Amino acid sequence: MELATAIFYLVAAVTVGSAAMVAFSRNIIYSAFSLLGTFAGVAGIYVFLGADFVAAVQVLIYVGGILVLILFAVMLTHRITDVQITNRAAGRIPALVMVAVFIALLVQTIQETPWVKAKEIVYVPTTGAIGDLFLQSYLLPFELASLVLLAALIGAVVLARKEIKE
Amino acid sequence: MAIGLTHYLVLGAILFSLGLYTVLTRRNAISVLMGVELILNSANINYVAFSHFSSGNVDGQIYAIFVIMLAAAEAAVGLAIVLAIFQLFHTIDVGAVETLKE
Amino acid sequence: MEHPIQTDYLRWIVLLPLLGAGWNGLLGAQLQKRVGKWLVSLFACAPVVFSFLLSLAAFFGLLALKPEERFLTDRVYAWLSLGSLHVDVAFWVDPLSAVMILVVTGIGGLIHIYSIGYMHEDRSYWRYFAFLNLFTFAMLLLVTADNLLLMFIGWEGVGLCSYALIGFWYQDHVNTRAGNKAFIVNRVGDFGFILGIFLIFWSLDQQGHGTVAFREIATFASLLQGQEIWGIGVVTLATLFLFLGATGKSAQIPLYVWLPDAMQGPTPVSALIHAATMVTAGVYMIARLNFLFSMAPVTLEVVASVGVATALLAATIALTQTDIKRVLAYSTISQLGYMFLAAGVAAYGAAIFHLMTHAFFKACLFLGSGSVIHAMGGEQDMRKMGGLSRSLPWTFWTFTIAVLAIAGTPLTAGFFSKDEILWQAFSSPHGSSWLWLLGVAGAGMTAFYMFRQLFLVFFGECRADHHVQEHLHESPKVMTLPLVVLAVGSIAAGWIGLPGIFGPNLFAQWLEPVLGAAHEAHGSGAAEGTLMVFSVGVAAFGFYLAYLIYYRRALAPEHFSSLAGGLLYRLSYNKYYIDEIYQFVFIRGTLLLARIGVWIDQYIIDFIVDGSARTTALVSWVNGLFDNYVIDGIVNQLADSTFAAGDKFRKVQTGNINSYLYVILGAVIVAIIVKLRYWS
Repeated sequence: MELATAIFYLVAAVTVGSAAMVAFSRNIIYSAFSLLGTFAGVAGIYVFLGADFVAAVQVLIYVGGILVLILFAVMLTHRITDVQITNRAAGRIPALVMVAVFIALLVQTIQETPWVKAKEIVYVPTTGAIGDLFLQSYLLPFELASLVLLAALIGAVVLARKEIKE
Repeated sequence: MAIGLTHYLVLGAILFSLGLYTVLTRRNAISVLMGVELILNSANINYVAFSHFSSGNVDGQIYAIFVIMLAAAEAAVGLAIVLAIFQLFHTIDVGAVETLKE
Repeated sequence: MEHPIQTDYLRWIVLLPLLGAGWNGLLGAQLQKRVGKWLVSLFACAPVVFSFLLSLAAFFGLLALKPEERFLTDRVYAWLSLGSLHVDVAFWVDPLSAVMILVVTGIGGLIHIYSIGYMHEDRSYWRYFAFLNLFTFAMLLLVTADNLLLMFIGWEGVGLCSYALIGFWYQDHVNTRAGNKAFIVNRVGDFGFILGIFLIFWSLDQQGHGTVAFREIATFASLLQGQEIWGIGVVTLATLFLFLGATGKSAQIPLYVWLPDAMQGPTPVSALIHAATMVTAGVYMIARLNFLFSMAPVTLEVVASVGVATALLAATIALTQTDIKRVLAYSTISQLGYMFLAAGVAAYGAAIFHLMTHAFFKACLFLGSGSVIHAMGGEQDMRKMGGLSRSLPWTFWTFTIAVLAIAGTPLTAGFFSKDEILWQAFSSPHGSSWLWLLGVAGAGMTAFYMFRQLFLVFFGECRADHHVQEHLHESPKVMTLPLVVLAVGSIAAGWIGLPGIFGPNLFAQWLEPVLGAAHEAHGSGAAEGTLMVFSVGVAAFGFYLAYLIYYRRALAPEHFSSLAGGLLYRLSYNKYYIDEIYQFVFIRGTLLLARIGVWIDQYIIDFIVDGSARTTALVSWVNGLFDNYVIDGIVNQLADSTFAAGDKFRKVQTGNINSYLYVILGAVIVAIIVKLRYWS
């Protein structure tokens, strides 16, 4: 097996494995930390796909931002000294059945669809092209995104602030 | 067998299903949010994979970046709501909070 | 001229004071508390001194070159590139800006040193020096900028620092009001300035050479000849706008009113900003763009008229003021008027020459008055001074030298520069004997009020109260030393620009590559000599009058103040009520406009609105009937059925997220199956 292929399978295994930990672990702290593996693995997948900028963004925002946020939320809503930090799951059997049916359908779809493929796959730095697109074709969504982020920022502050008791 | 588009799509599908399972079974709001993050990541893998294998342009990556941006906003607001709910009800079990229900 | 020499040290001339400002602005408060004021002083003065040394280096660098190649530039980076607009952050030094940077860093450095003594007691010592350094930076940026936009940044920067320093003692409401006034009045001028910049860029862009860099404007200026906008030559309009900017910054009619109030700031600030440097920015700008102004004879006429009118008006006001700093403020306005007179007769060299000599003696006068105020414990009223020559010998002698210089005593700097201006006003193709005559009258008044001040402050009996008299003391060395240097400069600075009949005018030769050769005077040396003797005579008469009234007391001042029923005196003492007129016309005018707006709003707009409201109400009433019986019937029916349906469907909404998800997922699965099996 080629080295690149081997590495791909390794990264994919890490991703899926830690995602499974997220899904099945009984301890929410384990779940939260396993998320790190998933996010980092996905970043690795982006690298395989030649998406250098997206990979960097993935690491910055998911690993550096969202994961930290989630950990904070876990810490703030559970007493860390509790030995058993429960992460109750309910209705496992029907969920497993549904998900199994769903993934079977998905894989079948993936296999059956005749995907159009480019003749030649090129690996070039994408950051410049992305920047150009953001300021040209995607200018309006780009500006809207900043508005959304601002709204989320203010909303998060307003929501999470402690009510001052009169 | 060389790594092709199908590999990435299957990987995305697996991640999606795991996320789905998390969302379906967990009672803890934070865990539900983690499941949503998994689903978003799987969607992103698809976007980037299509972008890489089909036309070679970077539009798919742009969408992925927008999704990441929205995920960040969603996580911030979602977790803020979780904190607010925790302060109010002293629990974050998604089943326990049902004051809006008649 | 086409191959400027690229250097990399010019930027430090400009940036060093900025570093000083940043250092003191950010760390000064802590340093002052923890280490002491000496460190603040060090970080404030050292950058300016180094800037001065670098300026000297630049000057000698220029001197080593051939006159037509005297040109250093330092391009730091490309700032803007928008469409046809390309702006660099670049500094340049040619003979003109070399003079300016030497004046700014040299005199500025002396004033920094003087301030160490003057501001020693102040709590906000660090803030003072931070702003003073920031001002020096902005002024240097203004004079070394290689394009109009960069110059505009310096132009705004000096205005900002001036505002901050006028209101430096912000605890007193009067000071902050003075600061606001200076800032707002300056803004009016700045508006004109930026309009001028736009107009120049726009009209050059029409010709396909849009640029704001001075050298390129100079190259393409001839393309603007004949271009018109609203029937006025573009050049004329642009230069008029630029001149409006100059009247704001350089305190000319009609925007001079802020300068007397600016005396509320600390005295060294008055010396640096409101006498020696910032107020000369307008003169520098006109000299820098001399090629444009020379293309617009109408503007030149306006500049000369405004200049000479300001010179006369300010001089007449200065005759009667009693505040030691206000006299100097009005004399500054008056002297700036002379510079504009020179610029207006296209004698830019003479304007810059007077600018330089004036910087020396006016800084000396202000610092001297600061020394006096310091000794008097803050007293500024000349009527309460007198006889100070004994207790303040250094201040007295340097002040006297500066007074001699500003009054135009032969062989002092002021004599040469003012004489040059008057001679140009008379002999230049743009000049006339009228301008000369008015200028000479102003010179006579200058001599009178300056000697009046000298006699009132330093001679006769001391009129201060006993307590103040006991505490009279000469200022420390750190304050008197700059005074001595400036006094020496007040005499020696004139010798580099001797009038034509005495020898070669080195100063004019130095500036020739920038400003062009001086005009061929249409008078002989003999005529120049005659005029010179005449103007000296008028100045001597002014001196003699002041001597009689205020030294010998042979003539009572009341004798003059009651002339024409005291009307003239009151006019002059109250500054022609210009502030009150401005208050009435502009501020009240604005309020009146607002009131008219309110009236229109209340009676006309409201009437229309009310009328439409009544009409709407009527229509609504009719609508209402229809609504109540027809629409509501339908809506109520709909609502009832919806309510009934909702009651049935409510049980689906369990509030359980997982169950929703199952439904969604099931639907998706069904959708996929349908798509795969039956649709494709």
